[in-house]
Amino acid sequence: MSLQSQDILRRSASPTQPPIAREHKVEVAKLIDVTTCIGCKACQVACSEWNDLRDEVGENVGVYDNPADLTAQSWTVMRYSEVEENGKLEWLIRKDGCMHCAEPGCLKACPSPGAIIQYANGIVDFQSEHCIGCGYCISGCPFNVPRINAKDNKAYKCTLCSDRVTVGQEPACVKTCPTGAIRFGSKDDMKAYAADRVEELKTRGYAQAGLYDPEGVGGTHVMYVLHHADRPQLYHGLPEKPAISPVVRLWKGFLKPLATVGLAASVLFGFFHYIGVGPNRADETDHEEDKA
Amino acid sequence: MQVNRRQFFKLCAGGMAGSTIAALGFMPEKALADVRNYKLLRATETRNTCPYCSVGCGILMYSLGDGAKNAKSEIFHIEGDPDHPVNRGALCPKGAGLVDFIHSPNRLKHPEVREAGSNEWKRISWEEAFERIARHMKADRDANFVEKNADGVTVNRWLTTGFLAASASSNEAGWLTHKFTRSLGMLAVDNQARV
Repeated sequence: MSLQSQDILRRSASPTQPPIAREHKVEVAKLIDVTTCIGCKACQVACSEWNDLRDEVGENVGVYDNPADLTAQSWTVMRYSEVEENGKLEWLIRKDGCMHCAEPGCLKACPSPGAIIQYANGIVDFQSEHCIGCGYCISGCPFNVPRINAKDNKAYKCTLCSDRVTVGQEPACVKTCPTGAIRFGSKDDMKAYAADRVEELKTRGYAQAGLYDPEGVGGTHVMYVLHHADRPQLYHGLPEKPAISPVVRLWKGFLKPLATVGLAASVLFGFFHYIGVGPNRADETDHEEDKA
Repeated sequence: MQVNRRQFFKLCAGGMAGSTIAALGFMPEKALADVRNYKLLRATETRNTCPYCSVGCGILMYSLGDGAKNAKSEIFHIEGDPDHPVNRGALCPKGAGLVDFIHSPNRLKHPEVREAGSNEWKRISWEEAFERIARHMKADRDANFVEKNADGVTVNRWLTTGFLAASASSNEAGWLTHKFTRSLGMLAVDNQARV
Protein backbone atom coordinates (compact mmCIF):
# COMPACT_ATOMS: atom_id res chain seq x y z
CA MET A 1 0.00 0.00 0.00
CA SER A 2 1.71 3.17 -1.16
CA LEU A 3 1.61 6.32 0.87
CA GLN A 4 2.10 9.50 -1.16
CA SER A 5 3.98 12.63 -0.15
CA GLN A 6 0.92 13.90 1.68
CA ASP A 7 1.25 11.14 4.26
CA ILE A 8 4.99 11.67 4.73
CA LEU A 9 6.43 14.15 7.17
CA ARG A 10 10.16 13.45 6.82
CA ARG A 11 12.34 11.36 4.56
CA SER A 12 15.93 10.31 5.25
CA ALA A 13 18.82 11.89 3.29
CA SER A 14 16.47 14.17 1.37
CA PRO A 15 17.38 17.87 1.42
CA THR A 16 13.91 18.88 0.29
CA GLN A 17 11.07 17.69 2.47
CA PRO A 18 7.70 17.08 0.81
CA PRO A 19 5.03 19.68 1.38
CA ILE A 20 2.26 18.57 3.72
CA ALA A 21 -1.03 19.42 2.06
CA ARG A 22 -3.30 17.22 4.19
CA GLU A 23 -1.86 17.97 7.60
CA HIS A 24 -5.00 17.18 9.57
CA LYS A 25 -3.84 13.68 10.49
CA VAL A 26 -4.44 12.12 13.88
CA GLU A 27 -1.12 11.81 15.68
CA VAL A 28 -1.10 8.32 17.18
CA ALA A 29 0.69 7.06 20.27
CA LYS A 30 1.29 3.89 22.21
CA LEU A 31 1.22 4.23 25.98
CA ILE A 32 3.06 1.62 28.05
CA ASP A 33 1.99 1.66 31.67
CA VAL A 34 5.02 0.08 33.35
CA THR A 35 3.15 0.03 36.66
CA THR A 36 0.53 -2.47 35.43
CA CYS A 37 2.83 -4.65 33.30
CA ILE A 38 3.24 -8.19 34.65
CA GLY A 39 6.03 -9.12 32.22
CA CYS A 40 4.11 -11.97 30.57
CA LYS A 41 5.73 -11.30 27.14
CA ALA A 42 2.47 -11.68 25.22
CA CYS A 43 3.47 -8.50 23.37
CA GLN A 44 6.73 -10.16 22.26
CA VAL A 45 4.87 -13.20 20.94
CA ALA A 46 2.14 -11.18 19.24
CA CYS A 47 4.80 -8.97 17.60
CA SER A 48 6.69 -11.96 16.18
CA GLU A 49 3.44 -13.61 15.10
CA TRP A 50 2.06 -10.58 13.27
CA ASN A 51 5.34 -9.60 11.64
CA ASP A 52 6.20 -13.17 10.58
CA LEU A 53 9.40 -13.19 12.62
CA ARG A 54 10.80 -16.15 14.50
CA ASP A 55 13.98 -15.46 16.42
CA GLU A 56 16.42 -18.25 17.16
CA VAL A 57 15.79 -20.06 20.44
CA GLY A 58 18.49 -18.65 22.70
CA GLU A 59 20.14 -19.55 25.98
CA ASN A 60 18.93 -18.75 29.48
CA VAL A 61 21.29 -16.07 30.73
CA GLY A 62 20.11 -16.29 34.33
CA VAL A 63 17.44 -13.59 34.19
CA TYR A 64 13.94 -13.40 32.80
CA ASP A 65 15.03 -11.27 29.82
CA ASN A 66 14.46 -13.53 26.83
CA PRO A 67 15.86 -12.84 24.30
CA ALA A 68 18.57 -10.99 26.21
CA ASP A 69 18.56 -8.06 23.78
CA LEU A 70 16.64 -6.65 20.83
CA THR A 71 17.51 -8.37 17.55
CA ALA A 72 16.51 -7.97 13.91
CA GLN A 73 13.95 -10.72 14.61
CA SER A 74 12.82 -9.50 18.05
CA TRP A 75 11.54 -5.95 17.69
CA THR A 76 10.38 -5.69 21.28
CA VAL A 77 11.74 -7.27 24.49
CA MET A 78 10.80 -7.04 28.13
CA ARG A 79 13.57 -5.58 30.31
CA TYR A 80 13.52 -6.69 33.95
CA SER A 81 15.21 -4.56 36.61
CA GLU A 82 15.39 -5.40 40.31
CA VAL A 83 15.79 -2.25 42.42
CA GLU A 84 15.34 -1.41 46.08
CA GLU A 85 13.00 1.51 46.54
CA ASN A 86 11.11 2.68 49.66
CA GLY A 87 12.86 -0.03 51.66
CA LYS A 88 11.54 -2.92 49.58
CA LEU A 89 12.36 -4.80 46.43
CA GLU A 90 10.70 -3.53 43.27
CA TRP A 91 10.65 -5.49 40.06
CA LEU A 92 10.48 -2.93 37.27
CA ILE A 93 9.49 -4.41 33.92
CA ARG A 94 9.79 -2.24 30.83
CA LYS A 95 8.75 -3.18 27.31
CA ASP A 96 11.64 -1.95 25.20
CA GLY A 97 11.45 -1.12 21.51
CA CYS A 98 11.27 1.79 19.08
CA MET A 99 9.98 5.00 20.68
CA HIS A 100 8.89 6.60 17.36
CA CYS A 101 10.47 9.96 18.23
CA ALA A 102 9.04 13.16 16.81
CA GLU A 103 12.65 14.05 15.90
CA PRO A 104 14.09 10.66 15.00
CA GLY A 105 17.87 10.31 15.35
CA CYS A 106 17.85 7.28 13.02
CA LEU A 107 16.23 9.29 10.24
CA LYS A 108 18.68 12.16 10.71
CA ALA A 109 21.69 9.84 10.58
CA CYS A 110 20.49 7.72 7.64
CA PRO A 111 22.43 8.41 4.41
CA SER A 112 20.13 6.49 2.07
CA PRO A 113 17.34 8.56 0.54
CA GLY A 114 13.93 7.31 1.58
CA ALA A 115 15.18 4.39 3.70
CA ILE A 116 13.62 5.90 6.82
CA ILE A 117 10.26 7.64 6.63
CA GLN A 118 8.29 9.54 9.22
CA TYR A 119 4.59 9.48 8.48
CA ALA A 120 2.24 12.33 9.30
CA ASN A 121 0.65 10.23 12.07
CA GLY A 122 4.02 10.06 13.84
CA ILE A 123 5.13 6.54 12.92
CA VAL A 124 8.81 6.19 11.99
CA ASP A 125 9.15 3.32 9.54
CA PHE A 126 12.11 1.69 7.77
CA GLN A 127 11.79 1.14 4.01
CA SER A 128 13.97 -1.93 3.86
CA GLU A 129 14.37 -1.98 0.06
CA HIS A 130 16.22 1.35 0.29
CA CYS A 131 18.32 0.31 3.30
CA ILE A 132 22.04 -0.04 2.54
CA GLY A 133 22.91 -1.70 5.86
CA CYS A 134 25.41 0.93 7.00
CA GLY A 135 24.13 0.87 10.60
CA TYR A 136 24.19 4.65 11.03
CA CYS A 137 20.59 4.48 12.30
CA ILE A 138 21.85 2.45 15.28
CA SER A 139 24.42 5.11 16.22
CA GLY A 140 21.86 7.83 15.57
CA CYS A 141 19.22 6.28 17.84
CA PRO A 142 19.21 7.73 21.40
CA PHE A 143 17.54 4.52 22.64
CA ASN A 144 19.79 1.97 20.84
CA VAL A 145 16.90 0.19 19.12
CA PRO A 146 17.52 -0.73 15.42
CA ARG A 147 19.36 -3.96 14.64
CA ILE A 148 20.96 -5.24 11.42
CA ASN A 149 19.88 -8.62 10.11
CA ALA A 150 23.00 -10.51 9.01
CA LYS A 151 21.03 -12.42 6.35
CA ASP A 152 20.07 -9.47 4.16
CA ASN A 153 22.25 -6.80 5.83
CA LYS A 154 19.32 -4.47 6.41
CA ALA A 155 18.22 -2.68 9.58
CA TYR A 156 14.96 -3.60 11.31
CA LYS A 157 12.90 -2.30 14.21
CA CYS A 158 9.30 -1.93 15.40
CA THR A 159 7.04 -0.41 12.74
CA LEU A 160 4.30 0.42 15.29
CA CYS A 161 2.44 -2.07 13.04
CA SER A 162 2.11 0.62 10.37
CA ASP A 163 0.28 -1.95 8.21
CA ARG A 164 -2.40 -2.37 10.89
CA VAL A 165 -2.59 1.31 11.81
CA THR A 166 -3.01 2.28 8.13
CA VAL A 167 -6.21 0.20 7.95
CA GLY A 168 -7.44 1.48 11.31
CA GLN A 169 -6.32 -1.25 13.71
CA GLU A 170 -4.18 -1.02 16.84
CA PRO A 171 -0.67 -2.55 16.89
CA ALA A 172 -0.49 -6.30 17.63
CA CYS A 173 1.23 -5.83 21.02
CA VAL A 174 -1.45 -3.39 22.16
CA LYS A 175 -4.28 -5.70 21.20
CA THR A 176 -2.88 -8.75 22.97
CA CYS A 177 -1.85 -7.13 26.31
CA PRO A 178 -3.87 -9.03 28.96
CA THR A 179 -3.51 -6.40 31.71
CA GLY A 180 -4.16 -3.42 29.47
CA ALA A 181 -0.71 -2.05 30.25
CA ILE A 182 -0.22 -1.17 26.57
CA ARG A 183 -2.74 1.27 25.13
CA PHE A 184 -3.10 2.86 21.73
CA GLY A 185 -4.94 5.95 20.54
CA SER A 186 -4.38 9.57 19.60
CA LYS A 187 -1.41 11.13 21.33
CA ASP A 188 -3.72 13.57 23.13
CA ASP A 189 -5.95 10.79 24.44
CA MET A 190 -2.96 8.79 25.61
CA LYS A 191 -1.56 11.80 27.46
CA ALA A 192 -4.91 12.36 29.15
CA TYR A 193 -5.14 8.69 30.12
CA ALA A 194 -1.56 8.79 31.43
CA ALA A 195 -2.37 11.86 33.53
CA ASP A 196 -5.18 9.93 35.25
CA ARG A 197 -2.87 7.00 35.94
CA VAL A 198 -0.16 9.29 37.32
CA GLU A 199 -2.70 10.94 39.66
CA GLU A 200 -3.76 7.54 40.95
CA LEU A 201 -0.17 6.38 41.45
CA LYS A 202 0.57 9.52 43.46
CA THR A 203 -2.25 8.66 45.86
CA ARG A 204 -0.75 5.19 46.24
CA GLY A 205 2.67 6.22 47.51
CA TYR A 206 4.52 6.97 44.27
CA ALA A 207 5.06 10.70 44.67
CA GLN A 208 7.41 10.87 41.70
CA ALA A 209 5.13 9.02 39.27
CA GLY A 210 4.99 10.59 35.85
CA LEU A 211 4.82 10.32 32.08
CA TYR A 212 7.97 9.66 30.01
CA ASP A 213 7.61 11.70 26.81
CA PRO A 214 11.13 13.16 26.49
CA GLU A 215 11.46 16.67 25.11
CA GLY A 216 15.01 16.09 23.87
CA VAL A 217 13.71 14.12 20.87
CA GLY A 218 10.63 16.31 20.43
CA GLY A 219 8.44 13.89 22.36
CA THR A 220 7.81 10.28 21.41
CA HIS A 221 4.92 8.29 20.00
CA VAL A 222 5.63 5.47 22.44
CA MET A 223 5.34 6.80 25.99
CA TYR A 224 5.78 5.25 29.42
CA VAL A 225 3.96 5.73 32.70
CA LEU A 226 6.70 5.30 35.33
CA HIS A 227 6.45 5.03 39.13
CA HIS A 228 9.81 6.79 39.38
CA ALA A 229 9.66 9.32 36.55
CA ASP A 230 12.43 11.34 38.23
CA ARG A 231 14.88 8.44 37.70
CA PRO A 232 14.06 6.70 34.40
CA GLN A 233 17.52 5.07 34.39
CA LEU A 234 16.17 2.65 37.05
CA TYR A 235 14.19 1.04 34.23
CA HIS A 236 17.07 -0.84 32.63
CA GLY A 237 18.90 2.36 31.73
CA LEU A 238 16.10 4.33 30.10
CA PRO A 239 17.91 7.60 29.29
CA GLU A 240 16.96 10.55 31.47
CA LYS A 241 17.43 13.18 28.80
CA PRO A 242 17.64 11.39 25.45
CA ALA A 243 18.87 13.50 22.56
CA ILE A 244 20.35 12.92 19.14
CA SER A 245 24.13 12.53 19.52
CA PRO A 246 26.07 15.81 18.97
CA VAL A 247 28.26 13.97 16.46
CA VAL A 248 25.21 13.18 14.31
CA ARG A 249 23.94 16.73 14.72
CA LEU A 250 27.31 18.23 13.70
CA TRP A 251 27.76 15.83 10.82
CA LYS A 252 24.25 15.90 9.35
CA GLY A 253 23.23 19.38 10.52
CA PHE A 254 26.40 21.33 9.74
CA LEU A 255 29.09 19.37 7.90
CA LYS A 256 26.80 17.87 5.28
CA PRO A 257 25.31 21.20 4.05
CA LEU A 258 28.85 22.65 4.19
CA ALA A 259 30.16 19.83 2.01
CA THR A 260 27.28 20.39 -0.42
CA VAL A 261 28.12 24.09 -0.60
CA GLY A 262 31.80 23.20 -1.08
CA LEU A 263 30.97 20.84 -3.93
CA ALA A 264 28.73 23.40 -5.61
CA ALA A 265 31.38 26.12 -5.11
CA SER A 266 34.10 24.03 -6.73
CA VAL A 267 31.87 23.33 -9.74
CA LEU A 268 31.08 27.04 -9.97
CA PHE A 269 34.77 27.95 -9.60
CA GLY A 270 35.65 25.55 -12.40
CA PHE A 271 33.03 27.13 -14.63
CA PHE A 272 34.19 30.70 -13.95
CA HIS A 273 37.82 29.64 -14.39
CA TYR A 274 36.90 28.23 -17.80
CA ILE A 275 35.08 31.44 -18.77
CA GLY A 276 37.64 33.89 -17.31
CA VAL A 277 41.00 32.19 -17.78
CA GLY A 278 40.12 29.64 -20.37
CA PRO A 279 41.43 26.14 -20.87
CA ASN A 280 45.12 25.36 -20.64
CA ARG A 281 46.71 25.32 -24.09
CA ALA A 282 49.63 23.04 -24.72
CA ASP A 283 52.69 25.11 -25.53
CA GLU A 284 54.56 24.07 -28.64
CA THR A 285 57.92 25.09 -27.09
CA ASP A 286 57.43 22.61 -24.23
CA HIS A 287 57.34 19.80 -26.71
CA GLU A 288 60.51 20.98 -28.36
CA GLU A 289 62.22 21.08 -24.96
CA ASP A 290 61.04 17.53 -24.30
CA LYS A 291 62.58 16.40 -27.51
CA ALA A 292 65.84 18.06 -26.66
CA MET B 1 22.70 21.30 -37.39
CA GLN B 2 26.32 20.45 -37.92
CA VAL B 3 28.07 18.91 -34.90
CA ASN B 4 31.75 18.39 -35.15
CA ARG B 5 33.79 15.96 -33.10
CA ARG B 6 34.81 18.53 -30.43
CA GLN B 7 31.21 19.79 -29.96
CA PHE B 8 29.96 16.24 -29.67
CA PHE B 9 32.39 15.53 -26.80
CA LYS B 10 31.38 18.78 -25.08
CA LEU B 11 27.72 17.84 -25.27
CA CYS B 12 28.41 14.41 -23.82
CA ALA B 13 30.52 15.85 -20.97
CA GLY B 14 27.84 18.44 -20.19
CA GLY B 15 25.12 15.78 -20.07
CA MET B 16 27.19 13.57 -17.82
CA ALA B 17 27.96 16.44 -15.41
CA GLY B 18 24.26 17.30 -15.21
CA SER B 19 23.15 13.75 -14.48
CA THR B 20 25.97 13.36 -11.93
CA ILE B 21 24.76 16.40 -10.02
CA ALA B 22 21.21 15.03 -10.08
CA ALA B 23 22.44 11.67 -8.81
CA LEU B 24 24.37 13.36 -5.98
CA GLY B 25 21.08 14.45 -4.49
CA PHE B 26 20.57 17.94 -5.84
CA MET B 27 17.31 16.92 -7.46
CA PRO B 28 14.38 16.35 -5.12
CA GLU B 29 12.95 12.86 -5.39
CA LYS B 30 9.29 12.04 -5.35
CA ALA B 31 8.32 11.18 -1.77
CA LEU B 32 6.72 7.76 -1.73
CA ALA B 33 6.67 5.08 0.92
CA ASP B 34 5.13 1.69 1.34
CA VAL B 35 3.83 0.10 4.48
CA ARG B 36 3.71 -3.68 4.47
CA ASN B 37 0.54 -4.98 2.80
CA TYR B 38 -2.23 -5.72 5.28
CA LYS B 39 -2.18 -9.50 5.31
CA LEU B 40 -5.74 -10.28 6.41
CA LEU B 41 -7.66 -8.44 3.71
CA ARG B 42 -9.71 -11.29 2.20
CA ALA B 43 -8.66 -14.10 4.52
CA THR B 44 -11.41 -16.29 5.98
CA GLU B 45 -12.08 -15.27 9.57
CA THR B 46 -13.29 -18.00 11.94
CA ARG B 47 -14.24 -17.54 15.59
CA ASN B 48 -13.14 -20.12 18.13
CA THR B 49 -12.07 -20.57 21.74
CA CYS B 50 -8.45 -20.82 22.82
CA PRO B 51 -7.71 -24.47 23.76
CA TYR B 52 -5.34 -23.76 26.64
CA CYS B 53 -6.66 -22.79 30.07
CA SER B 54 -10.06 -22.41 31.73
CA VAL B 55 -10.24 -18.68 31.02
CA GLY B 56 -11.50 -19.65 27.55
CA CYS B 57 -10.47 -16.60 25.54
CA GLY B 58 -12.18 -15.94 22.22
CA ILE B 59 -9.88 -16.08 19.21
CA LEU B 60 -10.13 -15.11 15.55
CA MET B 61 -8.41 -17.54 13.19
CA TYR B 62 -7.43 -16.29 9.74
CA SER B 63 -6.97 -18.85 6.99
CA LEU B 64 -5.80 -18.82 3.38
CA GLY B 65 -8.39 -18.64 0.67
CA ASP B 66 -11.97 -17.34 0.58
CA GLY B 67 -13.63 -20.74 0.87
CA ALA B 68 -13.47 -21.61 -2.84
CA LYS B 69 -13.66 -25.30 -3.68
CA ASN B 70 -10.18 -25.48 -5.17
CA ALA B 71 -8.39 -23.65 -2.37
CA LYS B 72 -7.07 -25.58 0.60
CA SER B 73 -7.43 -23.43 3.68
CA GLU B 74 -4.59 -23.13 6.16
CA ILE B 75 -4.54 -21.02 9.31
CA PHE B 76 -1.77 -18.41 9.12
CA HIS B 77 -2.69 -15.91 11.80
CA ILE B 78 -4.56 -15.86 15.11
CA GLU B 79 -5.45 -12.92 17.30
CA GLY B 80 -7.91 -12.19 20.10
CA ASP B 81 -11.61 -11.71 19.40
CA PRO B 82 -12.55 -8.16 20.43
CA ASP B 83 -16.24 -9.14 20.60
CA HIS B 84 -15.63 -11.93 23.10
CA PRO B 85 -16.70 -10.91 26.63
CA VAL B 86 -13.92 -12.87 28.33
CA ASN B 87 -10.82 -11.34 26.79
CA ARG B 88 -12.11 -8.50 24.54
CA GLY B 89 -9.26 -9.00 22.06
CA ALA B 90 -6.42 -9.74 24.47
CA LEU B 91 -4.41 -12.96 24.53
CA CYS B 92 -1.65 -14.20 26.84
CA PRO B 93 1.75 -15.24 25.37
CA LYS B 94 0.54 -18.82 24.84
CA GLY B 95 -2.63 -17.70 23.11
CA ALA B 96 -0.76 -15.13 21.04
CA GLY B 97 1.49 -17.91 19.72
CA LEU B 98 -1.32 -20.37 18.89
CA VAL B 99 -0.53 -20.44 15.18
CA ASP B 100 2.76 -22.23 15.87
CA PHE B 101 0.96 -24.67 18.17
CA ILE B 102 -1.41 -25.57 15.31
CA HIS B 103 1.44 -26.23 12.91
CA SER B 104 3.75 -27.90 15.44
CA PRO B 105 5.13 -31.25 14.25
CA ASN B 106 4.62 -32.52 17.83
CA ARG B 107 0.88 -31.85 17.81
CA LEU B 108 -1.34 -34.90 18.45
CA LYS B 109 -3.89 -35.16 15.62
CA HIS B 110 -5.41 -38.67 16.03
CA PRO B 111 -5.94 -41.31 18.74
CA GLU B 112 -2.93 -43.40 19.67
CA VAL B 113 -2.53 -46.36 22.01
CA ARG B 114 0.47 -47.71 23.90
CA GLU B 115 -0.34 -51.37 24.54
CA ALA B 116 0.57 -52.93 27.87
CA GLY B 117 4.23 -53.99 27.77
CA SER B 118 4.95 -51.94 24.66
CA ASN B 119 7.01 -48.77 24.50
CA GLU B 120 5.60 -47.54 21.20
CA TRP B 121 2.57 -45.48 20.39
CA LYS B 122 0.35 -46.99 17.70
CA ARG B 123 -2.19 -45.03 15.68
CA ILE B 124 -5.78 -46.29 15.91
CA SER B 125 -9.07 -45.11 14.45
CA TRP B 126 -11.57 -43.01 16.40
CA GLU B 127 -14.05 -45.93 16.29
CA GLU B 128 -11.49 -48.30 17.79
CA ALA B 129 -10.54 -45.74 20.44
CA PHE B 130 -14.17 -45.23 21.51
CA GLU B 131 -14.74 -48.97 21.50
CA ARG B 132 -11.71 -49.69 23.69
CA ILE B 133 -12.40 -46.86 26.14
CA ALA B 134 -16.03 -47.99 26.52
CA ARG B 135 -14.91 -51.58 27.05
CA HIS B 136 -12.43 -50.54 29.79
CA MET B 137 -15.03 -48.35 31.48
CA LYS B 138 -17.67 -51.06 31.41
CA ALA B 139 -15.32 -53.67 32.88
CA ASP B 140 -14.14 -51.34 35.62
CA ARG B 141 -17.64 -50.13 36.49
CA ASP B 142 -19.03 -53.68 36.60
CA ALA B 143 -16.22 -54.67 38.99
CA ASN B 144 -16.17 -51.62 41.27
CA PHE B 145 -19.58 -49.91 41.23
CA VAL B 146 -20.86 -49.25 44.77
CA GLU B 147 -24.64 -49.36 44.95
CA LYS B 148 -25.11 -49.16 48.72
CA ASN B 149 -22.74 -48.07 51.50
CA ALA B 150 -22.07 -49.95 54.76
CA ASP B 151 -25.25 -48.55 56.30
CA GLY B 152 -27.34 -49.82 53.41
CA VAL B 153 -28.00 -46.34 52.02
CA THR B 154 -28.17 -46.16 48.19
CA VAL B 155 -25.14 -44.16 46.95
CA ASN B 156 -24.64 -45.37 43.34
CA ARG B 157 -21.01 -44.30 43.11
CA TRP B 158 -18.13 -45.35 40.93
CA LEU B 159 -14.84 -44.26 42.50
CA THR B 160 -12.24 -46.18 40.49
CA THR B 161 -12.45 -44.14 37.29
CA GLY B 162 -12.09 -40.40 36.79
CA PHE B 163 -12.94 -38.04 33.95
CA LEU B 164 -10.70 -35.29 32.66
CA ALA B 165 -12.98 -32.81 30.92
CA ALA B 166 -12.36 -29.71 28.85
CA SER B 167 -11.93 -26.46 30.78
CA ALA B 168 -13.00 -23.98 28.14
CA SER B 169 -16.30 -25.50 27.02
CA SER B 170 -19.58 -23.76 26.47
CA ASN B 171 -22.35 -24.14 29.06
CA GLU B 172 -24.03 -26.73 26.85
CA ALA B 173 -20.91 -28.89 26.54
CA GLY B 174 -20.33 -28.56 30.30
CA TRP B 175 -23.93 -29.65 30.99
CA LEU B 176 -23.50 -32.70 28.74
CA THR B 177 -20.20 -33.62 30.42
CA HIS B 178 -21.81 -33.46 33.83
CA LYS B 179 -24.90 -35.38 32.72
CA PHE B 180 -22.72 -38.16 31.29
CA THR B 181 -20.29 -38.54 34.20
CA ARG B 182 -22.87 -38.21 37.00
CA SER B 183 -25.27 -40.64 35.36
CA LEU B 184 -22.49 -43.25 35.45
CA GLY B 185 -21.93 -42.50 39.13
CA MET B 186 -18.51 -41.01 38.52
CA LEU B 187 -17.28 -38.61 41.24
CA ALA B 188 -13.75 -37.72 40.17
CA VAL B 189 -14.38 -35.08 37.51
CA ASP B 190 -11.65 -32.55 36.86
CA ASN B 191 -10.29 -30.40 34.06
CA GLN B 192 -6.97 -28.97 32.97
CA ALA B 193 -7.77 -25.46 34.18
CA ARG B 194 -4.22 -24.77 35.32
CA VAL B 195 -2.01 -25.15 32.28
